[in-house]
Amino acid sequence: MRLNLTINGAKHTADDVWPGESLLYVLRERLGLAGSKNACEQGECGSCTVYLDGVPACSCLVAAGQAAGHEVVTVEGIGGGDEELHPVQEAFVDAGAVQCGFCTPGLIVAAHNLVERTDEPSDEEIREELAGNLCRCTGYEKILDAVRLAAARKQEAGT
Amino acid sequence: MTVGTPDNLASSTRGGVGQSPHRPDGTHKVTGQFAYSSDLWHDDMLWGMTLRSPHPHARIRSIDIGPALATSGVYAVLTHEDVPGTKYYGLEENDQPVLAVDTVRYQGEAVALVAADHPETARRAMHEIVVDYEVLDPLTDPVRSAFDPQAPQLHEHGNVVRHQPVRVGDVPSARSRADVVVTGEYEIGMQDQAFLGPESGLAVPGEDGGVDLYVATQWMHTDLRQIAPCLGLPEEKVRMTLSGVGGAFGAREDLSMQVHAAMLAMHTGRPIKIVYNREESFYGHVHRHPAKMRYEHGATADGRIVYATARIVLDGGAYASSTTNVVGNAASLGVGPYIVPNVEIDAYGVYTNNPPCGAMRGFGAVQACYAYESQMDKLARELDVHPLEVRRINAIHQGAAIATGQVVDTPAPMTEMIDRLRDAPLPEAVESGDVRNLPGGVSNTTHGEGVRRGVGYGVGLKNICFSEGFDDYSTARVRLEVVGGEPAVLIHTAAAEVGQGLVTLQGQIARTELGVERVSIAPADTQVGDAGSSSASRQSYMTGGAVKRACEAVRERLFHLAAERFDVPAEQLSLSGGKLVSEHSGVLVALADLLGDAAIEETREFHHRPTTGMDPVTGQGDTHTQLALCIHRAVVDVDVELGLLKVVDMTAVQDVGTVLNRVSLEGQIHGGTAQGLGLAVMEEIQLADGKLTNPSFTDYLIPTILDMPPMRLDILERADPNAPYGLRGAGEPSTLSSTPAIAAAIRDATGLQIDRVPVRPHDIVRPVTG
Repeated sequence: MRLNLTINGAKHTADDVWPGESLLYVLRERLGLAGSKNACEQGECGSCTVYLDGVPACSCLVAAGQAAGHEVVTVEGIGGGDEELHPVQEAFVDAGAVQCGFCTPGLIVAAHNLVERTDEPSDEEIREELAGNLCRCTGYEKILDAVRLAAARKQEAGT
Repeated sequence: MTVGTPDNLASSTRGGVGQSPHRPDGTHKVTGQFAYSSDLWHDDMLWGMTLRSPHPHARIRSIDIGPALATSGVYAVLTHEDVPGTKYYGLEENDQPVLAVDTVRYQGEAVALVAADHPETARRAMHEIVVDYEVLDPLTDPVRSAFDPQAPQLHEHGNVVRHQPVRVGDVPSARSRADVVVTGEYEIGMQDQAFLGPESGLAVPGEDGGVDLYVATQWMHTDLRQIAPCLGLPEEKVRMTLSGVGGAFGAREDLSMQVHAAMLAMHTGRPIKIVYNREESFYGHVHRHPAKMRYEHGATADGRIVYATARIVLDGGAYASSTTNVVGNAASLGVGPYIVPNVEIDAYGVYTNNPPCGAMRGFGAVQACYAYESQMDKLARELDVHPLEVRRINAIHQGAAIATGQVVDTPAPMTEMIDRLRDAPLPEAVESGDVRNLPGGVSNTTHGEGVRRGVGYGVGLKNICFSEGFDDYSTARVRLEVVGGEPAVLIHTAAAEVGQGLVTLQGQIARTELGVERVSIAPADTQVGDAGSSSASRQSYMTGGAVKRACEAVRERLFHLAAERFDVPAEQLSLSGGKLVSEHSGVLVALADLLGDAAIEETREFHHRPTTGMDPVTGQGDTHTQLALCIHRAVVDVDVELGLLKVVDMTAVQDVGTVLNRVSLEGQIHGGTAQGLGLAVMEEIQLADGKLTNPSFTDYLIPTILDMPPMRLDILERADPNAPYGLRGAGEPSTLSSTPAIAAAIRDATGLQIDRVPVRPHDIVRPVTG
């Protein structure tokens, strides 16, 4: 089938999509947007998290056809392009919240969603909000630091 | 065209050794631009897939590939008959078939390969392969495998991969001097490394009949030594490049898809991409050895240990992998960081029809640590002293010997670490306000009623670098030249960046040694000498050491050049801010001017000090390069009515010799602690007659951010004069001590034995009877 959808603000078309393909497969293997990661394909690890019409979703659990005509934002669309980082991305780098980095794209989307919606999130809120994103390297301590840092910088900037 | 192959990483940020500059790959990782081995792409590529055995033990009567090969879109179906070279490989023993020959020895063993134009086509074709199995009884009990002469022999050379005894002094006579004796039987489940980036890679056939392999691995040169013979190719025709690695933790030390992808590429003449899904990943790599351990300790009334005995049986599963060395660690570190004058240890690694087990963070030391630390707690209870006190009385120190007779000849500040941990503040009492801080969390199972708090401790002793006489080395090539008017350094090694931050450290070392700002890290590949494995907490030490040596050699040549040109003694020269400085006359020349068009390139190997093997009868020997200590205190809240628990605080004290990069270092200690927590309370590959029953992240649980408590670290720097910059390897020790500390805290809260990890709800809550 032919699939039309909007990704990071641009219209995309994929041809010969097999109906069993997930949104994640189409992003990664047909459209060259490999930022979203496939680590479990069961919606358990959050590595493939994207915005679907503004709501974070595991793209591995979305059939590609379900995304037809909808708006998708991936990790590639979070920053300003040309390696200009969103404050959440910057905070992950500054805080040392990245090790192997395989979970990072999904965490960036999830943390972006939290920081954009919530001023001064408590540690409990951060933990609950990011509980769907598995990280095997960091023990999450520096990820908490990164989210706290991004939230604090946002407060300072008054945005 | 191949997409996603690695480029030089610009380590353009400032920061030498001791600082915490940003990761050079950090920006790419947060924007999604960093290419992992599963992101590789080639316009002409096919998808490879692996058919695996559904049985833990069976003979293969026949394989019919006809129907699969006839499937539209399928380009190849291969079996063991198509292996171009040697049919067996292995890290330590060549006992594992590339594809099963006539027997399968574990569920998930690779049997056949398919290449097709779409992963779904490959999957469907795979189901068309007809394998006629004669199913055999699996041997799944490692103790039976070790000691029952009637047990079936799984390999020609017997079921015991290695038995390593350790004998010190005279245990029978020491037993008579003991005022208290504690015994215990301990069990540890099979843990999975559960890295997030599944096994994957791309094999591209070369015009010379060779193959280019882009893979995620921990040790490219040892991969190469195994891959080339299986492909029937000389090593120079197998060109390996490290692709982005999504975590490792030991699971990438053995081969997975490397030979399979290369076989399919050579057979079809097309690039082949293989990506395991999560379920296949559970079958596609080795796990941590489960262990059954029987311990006995005797002590005098004043708390001094007079003897210890241990029998440690490690289940190696179907193939040897690194079982030999895991047994060596379990034996040599079997009584831990304690002075024990009389010792009898017997460590066994055996074959069974369970999944193969090999390297995982902590490597043999984790299993023993859980047992000897549980014994220390028993001893403390028996003696009615604080658990830290019994550890303090018997603690090793610089100048003392461990069970192998090896004298600890560098700092081992264990008593100081114990004292610091004892003084660390405790978290506040059980909070009832927010359910997210209670056992059961948002399931809202308690508001504090039935919740008891426990505190426990664990100390671990880990060997750093490879042991037992292995000549463990790394190689680094460093090139200094002028690029765009500025002096620039390019570092080339084969060392695997698996997330730990070695690429950051390499840049820090070059900046410190050569006084330049611009440093790039070349992709790791086999076009440069062996770097050894990214395991055994060894890469800062070994590849860090090699980069330092190569930088020093470049610097020597620079000084020689300048000494001649400016007629000053070389020993009065130094490098700073891209300039050459003389002790007496200040800045002599900018490096860029001194170098002009010339490039200075040096390659150096770094070998650590030699070690010896273990005596086969007594286990004695100076077998370890370096030893490292970590101590944990765990605070756990247990809902004793429901068997739910929450680890509420983890505080660690670790000696790291010298801090090279605090942010990376803390990340290692945090991550190791988290994996130890997983082993203590949730992570276990469950087996039923040799079959995995939970090969998914739905059923195999790893800690989430809700499961992890705040972690407080107290990092000591007691430099090791033998190591580059005085560093002590830091990747693993926290994984050892975390697990027993949590188990001890659960004991403290519940009064139960807790002689098995991971602790399950029904281990805490006994079923109500009557």
